[in-house]
Amino acid sequence: MTDAWFAGANPDDPSSGAHRIREGRADAPADWPTTAVEDGFAADEDDYYEKLRAATLTAARDAVSERERADDKQLAHAVRAMDDAERTANELAERVVEWAGTLYEDVPRGLDGVRDIAARDPTTAAEERVVSYATRAVDLLDERDDLQTFIEERAPTIAPNLSEMAGPVLTARLISLAGGLDKLAKSPSGTVQVLGAEDALFAHLKGRAPSPKHGVIFTHEYVRGTRRQDRGSAARAFAGKLSIAARIDYYSGDYRPEIHTELAERMATIRARAEEGDE
Amino acid sequence: MSDDLPAGVERRSFDGRERLSTQGTPVYGEPTDADGWRAWDATRSKLGGMLELGMDTGLVGGETVLYLGAASGTTVSHVADFAGPTYAVEFAPRPVRDLVGVAEARDNLFPLLKDARDPESYAHVVESDVDCLVMDVATRGQATVAVRNRQFLADDGRLLMAVKARSEDVTADPDDVFDDVLDELEPAYEILETARLDRFHADHLGIVARPK
Repeated sequence: MTDAWFAGANPDDPSSGAHRIREGRADAPADWPTTAVEDGFAADEDDYYEKLRAATLTAARDAVSERERADDKQLAHAVRAMDDAERTANELAERVVEWAGTLYEDVPRGLDGVRDIAARDPTTAAEERVVSYATRAVDLLDERDDLQTFIEERAPTIAPNLSEMAGPVLTARLISLAGGLDKLAKSPSGTVQVLGAEDALFAHLKGRAPSPKHGVIFTHEYVRGTRRQDRGSAARAFAGKLSIAARIDYYSGDYRPEIHTELAERMATIRARAEEGDE
Repeated sequence: MSDDLPAGVERRSFDGRERLSTQGTPVYGEPTDADGWRAWDATRSKLGGMLELGMDTGLVGGETVLYLGAASGTTVSHVADFAGPTYAVEFAPRPVRDLVGVAEARDNLFPLLKDARDPESYAHVVESDVDCLVMDVATRGQATVAVRNRQFLADDGRLLMAVKARSEDVTADPDDVFDDVLDELEPAYEILETARLDRFHADHLGIVARPK
């Protein structure tokens, strides 16, 4: 019996070989083409390579779609799309408001202005264009909100502990920045703490700047709502528990109330420093 | 230095400029000529850069190749055009989606979604005694990967490796990184030639070596 990918595989069915290609292992390579011909898996070398090609293509296709369909990847795409939609909508909004201001007297500022313009009845060709343009921006804003709803629905099933701790959107951002829930679960908490602050981190490593205290987790109330001199501690405590949450979510997937209580207590202690008045 | 290109790789004229090219189905929007040759963009391919610089790769055409770090298949598509059986290993799912497309148009290219740091996970597929091991993995520990994959290479085979300094250590001087990599290769490989690829790829070192 050999470790070869074709051992026990049906020569006429690429998917049985594909499964072995994905799951199998061997301690060392060998002259597989010759072995395959000797074992009767293939008629000759050309036939072997043809079968190998069919099986590797099937294996690669299956493995890619499985990994890409994985829910954590969907969450990462959704949050990036949400950010794109928001950024683009804001960009369009600026143009709409600026343009509309030359045609109408009473244009509210910002995104309210865009919704206001989109709802108007154009009377001239120029108004028609600006209203149509505003409509696109509004559609994009709605899409952004739909994406957020999608993330809020999905995140708690994919990562229950992270979602409870960080909120669905920040959870999606952390997964996206780490490159997947698996990667996040394998990251040390120091990495989780500065995810999203890569520029500052590399500036620090080059010796040009102090080490960043927090990355994208700054958007959470636990960090932002803590007074400046305690933010480093808050970010460290928060990141520590987040990385534990990521590991539970990835390796077991069940909800553990105790880690949330522990974090809440720790945060209360850190914030109590402000009331005690010590520096 | 040498200017012997492998059979199946030619310098041909595209838009009035002499460029490397191979014959095959176009992959990434590269220019093609009337005879079915497609330009091999040395700025998008480390191996292309090594050939363009005239490094003696030992390639003659028709080799069995193990290519680590195939990414979307830009370079490996050219390799498969002039080589024999070509095993393409790539770790990230997204580029493998493109790589599968490249492989579908070639009958000697075998895509593998595997981690080059873990050769046992594909040793049951990739044959022993390959003629050429091409390495373009942008990960830390590039020398370790080369040493671990030594087992696939025939005794008179060649390692063609592009080392990316910034993958090892963003803050270190590239020359120091390259010295460390060469030191780590030393026990397993005899270094035949090295050249900076900076003309095409910043902070990359091209290495030609053979197993010890």
